Order: sequence, then C-alpha cells, then structure tokens
Amino acid sequence: MSASLIGARVQRKEDYRFLTGAGQYTDDVTLPNQSYAAFVRSPHAHATIKSIKIDKAKKAPGVIAVYTGEDVAQAKLGGLPCGWLITDVNGQPMKEPPHPVLAQGKVRYVGDQVAVVVAETQEQARDAAEQVEVSYDVLPAVVDAVQATKKGAPVLHDIAPDNTCYVWALGDKAAVDAAFAKAAHVTKLEFVNNRLIPNAIEPRSANGSYSRADDNYTLYVASQNPHVERLLMTAFVMGLPEHKVRVVAPDVGGGFGSKIYLYAEDVAVTWASRQVGRPVKWTADRSESFVSDAHGRDHHTIAEMAMDKDGKFIGMRVHTHANVGAYLSTFASCVPTILYATLLAGQYTTPLIYCQVTAVFTNTAPVDAYRGAGRPEATYVVERLVETAAREMKLDPAEIRRRNFIREFPYQTPVALQYDTGDYEATLAAAIKMADVAGFAKRKEEAAKGGKLRGLGYAAYIEACGIAPSAVAGSLGARAGLFEAGEIRVHPTGSVTVFTGSHSHGQGHETTFAQVVAERLGMPVENVDIVHGDTSKILFGMGTYGSRSIAVGGTAIVKALDKIIDKGKKIAAHLMEASEGDVEYDKGVFKVSGTDKQKAFGEVAFAAYVPHNYPHDKLEPGLNENAFYDPSNFTFPAGSYVCEVEIDPDTGQTKIVNFTAVDDFGKIINPMIVEGQVHGGLTQGIGQALTENCHYDPDTGQLVTGSFSDYCIPRADDVPSYQVDTRETPCTHNPLGVKGCGEAGAIGAPAAVINAITDALWSMGIKDIPMPATAQTVWKAIQSASKKAA
Amino acid sequence: MHAFKYHRPGSVKDAAALVGKNADAKLLGGGQTLVQTMKLRLASPTDVVDLGTIKELAGIKVAGGTVEVGAMTRHAAVAGSAEVKKAIPALAALAGMIGDRQVREMGTIGGSIANSDPAADYPAAVLGLGATIITDKRKIEADKFFTGMFETALQPGEIITAVSFPVPKRAAYMKFKNPASRFAIVGVFVAETGNGIRVAVTGAGPNAFRVPEMEKALGAKFAPESVAKVKVKADDLNSDLHASAEYRAHLVTVMAKRAVEAAMK
Repeated sequence: MSASLIGARVQRKEDYRFLTGAGQYTDDVTLPNQSYAAFVRSPHAHATIKSIKIDKAKKAPGVIAVYTGEDVAQAKLGGLPCGWLITDVNGQPMKEPPHPVLAQGKVRYVGDQVAVVVAETQEQARDAAEQVEVSYDVLPAVVDAVQATKKGAPVLHDIAPDNTCYVWALGDKAAVDAAFAKAAHVTKLEFVNNRLIPNAIEPRSANGSYSRADDNYTLYVASQNPHVERLLMTAFVMGLPEHKVRVVAPDVGGGFGSKIYLYAEDVAVTWASRQVGRPVKWTADRSESFVSDAHGRDHHTIAEMAMDKDGKFIGMRVHTHANVGAYLSTFASCVPTILYATLLAGQYTTPLIYCQVTAVFTNTAPVDAYRGAGRPEATYVVERLVETAAREMKLDPAEIRRRNFIREFPYQTPVALQYDTGDYEATLAAAIKMADVAGFAKRKEEAAKGGKLRGLGYAAYIEACGIAPSAVAGSLGARAGLFEAGEIRVHPTGSVTVFTGSHSHGQGHETTFAQVVAERLGMPVENVDIVHGDTSKILFGMGTYGSRSIAVGGTAIVKALDKIIDKGKKIAAHLMEASEGDVEYDKGVFKVSGTDKQKAFGEVAFAAYVPHNYPHDKLEPGLNENAFYDPSNFTFPAGSYVCEVEIDPDTGQTKIVNFTAVDDFGKIINPMIVEGQVHGGLTQGIGQALTENCHYDPDTGQLVTGSFSDYCIPRADDVPSYQVDTRETPCTHNPLGVKGCGEAGAIGAPAAVINAITDALWSMGIKDIPMPATAQTVWKAIQSASKKAA
Repeated sequence: MHAFKYHRPGSVKDAAALVGKNADAKLLGGGQTLVQTMKLRLASPTDVVDLGTIKELAGIKVAGGTVEVGAMTRHAAVAGSAEVKKAIPALAALAGMIGDRQVREMGTIGGSIANSDPAADYPAAVLGLGATIITDKRKIEADKFFTGMFETALQPGEIITAVSFPVPKRAAYMKFKNPASRFAIVGVFVAETGNGIRVAVTGAGPNAFRVPEMEKALGAKFAPESVAKVKVKADDLNSDLHASAEYRAHLVTVMAKRAVEAAMK
C-alpha cells in the first residue's frame, strides 16, 4: 500500500458534480404533477390580524388552494418545537410561546408567515399571494433586546409579559464578586455582537409529497439534519409515525446553521401536499431568505475581567442580553447559554467566572445557531477583554496570554467543560513567527509615512465541538441525543458504500470520510462512496452542525469498520484454516501471524457473499455493519490568529493587510479541505467584523438590510490572501484523534480584527470600536476622538 | 415578476412608436435596474421595449475632439476601448469601476443616465466633462439633464441615442464605494476642459451636481490643496445606513483631492 490517505490532499470527489452543474438540489427535484407554494408574509413587525380575505386569491389563475392560520389550527398542526429546555435562575422552565406554522391572530416580525397559496406554477402562486387581503391593526414594535426588557416595551407574547424567555446564570457570583473586590486592575467593556444573516448560496427550499397508495409522505428539503427534521416534524407538529415520513436532504448549498432547524414552510408544504393531493414545492427567493431564515448572534454584553498586579486573571463577570427574535427557533435557547457561557474560560486559567444571560423576545426573525453559535460571541468577550487588559496594564498582548495559558491537561474549567488536550503556547508562537510580529513596528512606521494607521491584534480562541455526551447534554436540557450513526456496506467484490448520519452541505464528507474508510480497508478512495441525507437509506442521524461531523460521525464509521474487520478476521481464519486469534489485519490484508498465509480484504468480502466455503455454524453471511457512537466529551480545537490592518484616517477605511491563522484541529484527514474550511470561516468572521450587519429599523421593525445592496457579505477583494498553518495535539477520546475545523475561522477572526483596529487607534484614545467596523464607523470614532483631544 | 409583453424593435423610430402610445411601457437598456425592480414586483410595466436589437444605438466614435458613446454601449465596451482609454482615460476607468463584471457586460450608458440613480457613476462623467446627451428628438446639455433623484430632462417616450463627451486636457474620477452594492457613496469627477474646470459629484446628493467653489479654486491653481479646504454643505446630501450626510460631505472633499492628484499624474 502506498502513502497513507490520512493527511493526504485528496481532491474533493463531489466537486466534479458541483462544478459541472450536475448537483441535485431540492429545487432541482420536480415530481410528477408538481404544484408550487408561495407564502403571504407579514409586512409589519407587530400587528394583530383583523381579517384575511382569500376569495380573490382563490379565483386567481392556476390557484389550487389557499390556507391560513385557521386551516392549520383546524388540522391541529402543532407549533414548531424548541429542542433545548433552559431552566432559569429560579429553577423555572424557560417561556416557550407557541410558534405556529401560520400566524394565529397575530404577527410578530416582518416576514412572519400568514397564509400559503398553492398553484400550478410558481409565478401563479406568487401572483395570487398578492391577492390575499390581510387587514392588520399595527402595534408598536421593539427590535432591541435591552429595550424589550424595559417597562412599557411592546409585549410579544402573553406568557412573557417582560419579553423575557429566561434569565439564566452559570458560576458562583459571590466568589467572583469577591475576586473583583481584591483586583489590582479591572478591564470593562460594553459591546454588541452584531446580528448576522446567514445567506447560504442555496436558498431554503422544500418539496412535500403525499402518496395515497401507501399513506407515506416524502419531504425533500434543504436541511443539515434530515433525521432530526423528521423527528421534530412527525412527533411534535404533525402527529405522524416516523415510518410514514421520509425526509431527503439532497445536495445542499451551504447552511452555516440556518438549515439545522425545522421551519414552518417545511411543515406547510408537507401538510398541504396531502390536502391538495399533489406534491407542493416552495423555494425562497433571496429577499424571502433575508427576512425568514434564522439569523445569528445579536448579543448586548457588559464584560469585566479582574487581574492581579501581574496581569494574572483572577475573575470574570459577564452579563449578556441575547435577542432570540419573535419565536424560539429549534436550538435558539442553548446557543447563548450552553454554547456560550461554558466557553468563557477561553485558553486561560481564570479561576472564577460568572455569566448571566437574559434571553429576550423581540419583533425580529428568530435567532439561532450560525457558524460558531455562541462560541464566536464567547471568544469575542474573552479576547477583547484580554487584549484591552494588556493595553491598559501596558503588557504585551502575547505576554498577558502566556501568563494565563492553561498548560496542564486535562483541565477542568470553572464553567463546566473539561479540556482534554491542547498546546496554546505552540499555536501562539507559530502565529507570531508566521505573522512576523517582530517586524511590525517597522511596518507601522512605514505606513505612518504614507498617512496610514497600522494595527496588530491577536485572538486566541477555543471552541467546543461535537457537542456531547448525550447524558450530560440531557441533564442540561437537550431534548435530543447527540450521538451519530454510521453503516459500512461491503459489496461482494469488495467496493464499499458508507451510510452516515452526518450531512455534507459544503464540508466535503464524500471525500474525507472516504479517505478514512479507504485507508482502513486498503483500497483507493474511488472504491468508497459516502451516502448521506436520506432517512430512508440511513439508519439514523443527528446531522451536521457544531463542527461535529468527523469527530462524531467519523468515529461512528470507525466503530462500524472495527466490526467489519472483526467479522473479516473470523472469515479469514476459516479460509486460511487458522485460529482467529492468529489472524492479523493491516490495510486490506488478513495474515496468519508467523506464516506467509494471507487473504486480501476483497477475497474475504467475496467469501462473505458467496459463502461456499464459510463457517456457517458460527457466522451469518454478508459483510455489513453499523454503529452508533456517543462521545464521552466535546473536542476542543484551539488556535491563535494574528490580524494586521491599515486604516486610512481620511475615510476610515480599514484594509486587512495580513491575516495569520494557526489552528490545532488534532489529527487532520485532508489538509486541503481543512484549509478551505479555515478560509471560509475567516472570511465570515472578517465579514462580521468589518462589513456585515443586520439592521432593523428601531421604530417600524422593518428590515433595512434586506438585500445584498445593503447587507454586505465580504467578497474576494475585501479579504487578504490568508497565511494558515496547523499544530497537532490529537484528541484523546476519539480513535481518529480529530477535533473538527468548520467553525474556527468564524470564531477567532472577529476579535482579531477588532483588536487590530483598536491597536491602530489606541493612541488616539479609542479603546473600543463597534462591529462592523465600517469606514463610516471608524471615521466617526476618529472624529469624536480628535474633538475630545482638541 | 408580473407578466408583460416583450418587444424587440429594429429601429429607434419603431421603439419610440411603441413607448409613445403606452404610458405603462418601459424601455429596456441593459436591464440592471428595470429587471431587478420587476423581479421584486416593484415595477410592473405592461410592455417592455428592448433597445438591445437596435444596431445604430451601440458603438463608440472618437473624432473631432469628442468621444461619442452610443446609448446601448455596454460599460465593459467603454472600459475596454483602446480609443476611449487614449482620448479620455478617466471615462474608461470610470466605466471599469461600475458594479461588477456581470453588471458591466450588461449595463449601458443610456440606461444609466436615463435612470439618474443618485449613486450611479456615469452621471459624474457626463456632468464633469460637460457632455451632450443626444436623443431621438434633440440635444441636451449635461448641466440641464439631471433634474432630481431618478429624474431627468427627458420627456416621456424620448429615447437617448448617444452621449457625446468633449475630450478634456486632463481628468480623473475617484470613487468611494458602498461596500455592499458597489455603487458610489461618493464619486468625484474632476476635469480640466476647453471650457474651464469642472467638478462633478455623484452619490452624495439626490442627483449628480457640480461644486462651483472647487472649480473656482482649481481654476486659480490646479492642485490638491486647492480643494482640500472646500467643504460642501451636508444639509442637502443623502443620508442612509452606510453614510450620513456629514460623512458624505467630508468624503466629497477627500475624493476631490484625490481626483485632482490623479488628474495631475
């Protein structure tokens, strides 16, 4: 066997399909007798519905049916469920207001779905949707989480009169307060972690169909986790048994979290398909995506770090208002709590941490997990505090980090997590070298000659990936398991089909997972196909989010491979007339130890399916195994980023002149795919820091940034050519030693960029700059600083 | 998009006849604004009259100290024209800064100026160079063409056939882009022409406008420092999420300074 496939830059098997236009996305699926749906959405942020007249729409050309909230209520469709129960500081369950499939008498954000029209063509459905006459009584709206908790704020849900979903806390407040009382220095910051709109390249899409012949439903949907979608839809909303529903998530063009959730549209088309007796397809246009996809981030935070005289962190205190939007999306409740506060130790030995989170309903689209989900927000808190503390205490920002790094593992943080392994000094040292921090002073001087301001900022992030174990998550409120399933189906002539509950929507599983299997079975990657995204083919699955696929899904596959090899050994022992204990296996070859007897994996597979000479008394024929894997802990990727910026003080424009990322993802299967994930993550992180901002008008609740003309996702010319590298401390509790890499860039980049900008502006007395640091924002900060100085 | 009737006239005369008798008909240039608004269902013309098939409307003629650009000439053609690059390099450069590659391959100069989008680039060149807008009915001076936000001196049904730019002694365009749309938050076109100095601003106000104080200062001395202290009033300028009126006013001075610097190179 040639060089190992683990660590090889194997070209992505899926790219030929995607690059030649042969991908099959949900909207590409058109079924016989297809019909099309269009949704009538609220133009108001907050209003009661006085009446809905559908007569005109029903008579419009091509219209098959029109449904409103009344119809779904009569059909007894449940509301969309939330998958995680948070228990508040008083031991009470969070407030879970109903989240109806179609509005029940009230709308709570611009884009809230009010009615659905089914017609012969998409254009006819849209034309008719304009004919649905909805009469509203407009109510005052509130879009800001802090404002929404104030007395007199408009109330969204009767069960939450103060708009508060929960007040939750982690840590020993009294002990933390005591640490602050004896601090030599306290650094305090107040900032907003800006709200983002995910904008996957493929808009959401769903195509539901019902078969009268066998009483089965099929839903094609752009989803990151079809099994969970099916579970939530059948058990909680439609009251159907799971075996009557098949959910298929075919090729999916990006998700970033926004396609994890069960959305109203998915339920509506599935339900409507039975009512009209035809398949019903809906695909969002971009404008619809902007208003109706779950958004990300949107925290308002006050954060403090207490230090002793040497800059050693002795306590941290954080209070966050998290905007959850108008309704609780599927995992909305755990993002600003379980995935946020638990990460506040960062890479440091801070012994005492207290975090309080107030989750708030507002008249905005639901907010849920978006690339990083809670961890970018936590990293921003930690790394902005650390960098600012260093500057205030006149310490080198790298040095203050070194003084506080965790160096002994396993390490129990004060915020529940136990890190298994890491080497933070190594990634920081490598990043400093790669970014040529030593030459920065000279570059700054050069830039100043041209009237430009240079700054350099760090971010040392940690993330918790592969959320687990199920038992612990369950005790914290998870309403689902967090394992993964995998199946290895060896065919008679030795090629292999792998079924995984993970879902690929850009990550490259079809290649990475094939490398893992091909390496173990000693065959070329071409002989291994990965199948995912179909509940009728795959045992079960929890899907892809939280950088969990290789760590959890990959391990399930390894467990199934173990079973294949075990069975193969038994068959090989029989074929070679040896005892099973003497059979050794290595990369596709079964050998009898101490002899030259051997059987290739393919021969063993063939014997399993053509069992003429076979131990029938001990074994069943066939070579097909499955496994479920529930991890014993999270994995903890970590890394150090260095960002260097140049600011034009005349315009406020920031240019990133250099960005260095050194990550520790544990073992790496395919470095090329990992680099791609890092590049994408960094670009999204830079987007949050510099360009992206979801803005609702504070008075009317209208989405101002509802198109790419106003919502700026970064383009190639907005970002530099990245310098990336990796260090490796293998994860200690999974067989591949892998940690996950999908979100790191988006987690670490925002703090690095803002730390660099504030470094450039520090001498002007500018301590903080809000995200996104657009040219206007930076210019205004410079203006008001120079006015103060004058 | 609502349903509509699509026409492909073979001549300007036929096109004029089609829009002349129907107030709900729209002329289609490169479609970079009209098609988008139709897709968003914000515009619902009964008839769309595509000028793309009228051969006489496209093309660039450089002669006798003028550059005449046919109304249906795509931005990419102007940006890539060796003749334009030689005669008025600032005009070619401006066309190359519009939108993105896809927009430049479709968008046309006639469509751009007829729309008079406050943030479009071409109006700065038309006004900054003192161009003449030629229609099927008459010739209109640039100074009289842009009358307001999305408003021009064009009569209903009047069709732009070409824009004639006098070749200046020197000129330059500097643009501060809206990072999202890539339209101009502020764009300043500075030109030294046979008829004096002209400074035209796009993006900042309801429509493109000239800055007489800067023109006067540059007439006295064509140097960046001449405009560095000239501030336009923020009162009448646009204000939105991306740039307040004050920021735009400031950027007019910064971009004017940089345009003068560039023109002097």
